[in-house]
Amino acid sequence: MALDPKSPLSFSPLHRLQWEEAQQRYVILYPEGMVELNPTAAEILKLCDGTHTLEDIVAELEEKFETTGLRKDIFELLEAALANGWIRHSFPR
Amino acid sequence: MAGSDILSPAKPRWLLAELTYRCPLQCPYCSNPVDYTRHTDELDTDDWLGVLTDARALGAVQLGFSGGEPLVRRDLAVLVRHARQLGYYSNLITSGYGMTEAKVAELKEAGLDHIQISIQSPEKLLNDQLAGTESFEHKQKVARLVKKYGYPMVLCVVIHRQNIHQMQAILEMAMELNADYLELANTQYYGWAHLNRDQLLPSRRQLKEAEAMAQSYKERLKGTMKIYYVVPDLYEDRPKACMNGWGTTFLTIAPDGVALPCHAARELPGLDFPNVRDTSIEDIWLHSKAFNKFRGFNWMKEPCRSCPEKVKDFGGCRCQAYLYTGDMSQADPVCSLSPHHDKITQVIDAASALSGRATSKPLVFRNPKNSRAFRPS
Repeated sequence: MALDPKSPLSFSPLHRLQWEEAQQRYVILYPEGMVELNPTAAEILKLCDGTHTLEDIVAELEEKFETTGLRKDIFELLEAALANGWIRHSFPR
Repeated sequence: MAGSDILSPAKPRWLLAELTYRCPLQCPYCSNPVDYTRHTDELDTDDWLGVLTDARALGAVQLGFSGGEPLVRRDLAVLVRHARQLGYYSNLITSGYGMTEAKVAELKEAGLDHIQISIQSPEKLLNDQLAGTESFEHKQKVARLVKKYGYPMVLCVVIHRQNIHQMQAILEMAMELNADYLELANTQYYGWAHLNRDQLLPSRRQLKEAEAMAQSYKERLKGTMKIYYVVPDLYEDRPKACMNGWGTTFLTIAPDGVALPCHAARELPGLDFPNVRDTSIEDIWLHSKAFNKFRGFNWMKEPCRSCPEKVKDFGGCRCQAYLYTGDMSQADPVCSLSPHHDKITQVIDAASALSGRATSKPLVFRNPKNSRAFRPS
């Protein structure tokens, strides 16, 4: 499935995104497995809440970190996340 | 550098709570100890609540409720609720036997994250024969309930000589049941599986055919169903990184409170594994002799000690070293560099000579009667 920049993204109900105090980082939990996230990936995935589109996420993070040119990195991460089933389009067509 | 990792061991990420050794099924490849009937003094609810709390504080986040059959514990929902409050991701590893719709709903409400159901075979006759119990239709029904209540559904099929020819039917069954994950678990030969190894170990040719079949479905099912393929480690050239290294990641608590670095480790003699009834989880993990025994690299003998691959496979499996060489500090004999590798080759040659036919030896089923035969008099 390709990433649609204009469709809101939500986190998969079959996965859980959670802060781990012992590891001092966010992790994605799923049946018998875990992915440890770096801070950037966690910032992006936290915004997959069913309301933000790719464009919204780029705008929000560029504003938050007072920078530009994040689109490519964010696009790549979200595409990988979609392929891994961590996120999905809120309104699949 | 040597041994520095022992001073501050990594924290556990995985807690396997083996709630009971009781089980209505009799699978001849069960990973429980063959003498499990010696350990009937189960932890009570409060003990388990304490174990969950303390292991979580230490860093464990993945939690497996297993057994035996965990559904025979009446306090399962209480434990699941506590686990959810603590922030665990909880996995119920079950045969499905004894599951009802009310129970599926109750566990969901309590916060259970995932249910893994094991099916012995896609064919009723063989399923019921291997399980030693008529359970096939019920398992299928439970698999559908798991989906209905919105859990990720993992179907686990343990693979061995009696069902390996059904690989395609297994894959089709998983698709038909809409599994999110299919675990094709080649039997690991410990406990009852070791006892029945000559009747269960497939030949190399059988494994190749089955793996090719699984691989072709894996490509086709990308994005709909994930396939985990547990490698048949006896056929590998290098040992598995067993437990990701002893005492680095996994903590198992057996039904009677014995703490183990791996659920199969109980069969290693003389390690005097600590019990959560008398020692805190933190103390067990950090300071017990048993958990420190194979941490780091200083315990290793040659060829592991000077091998550059030791950081990758940690010398392989301690139980396998013990089972085949009588010395748990040896290299896992699966490794072709091990001086004892011929013992594995012999086992493989014997399986190949049978070329898929049954042996005349009957399977020993995992049940109390057979277990008591292993009780020292």
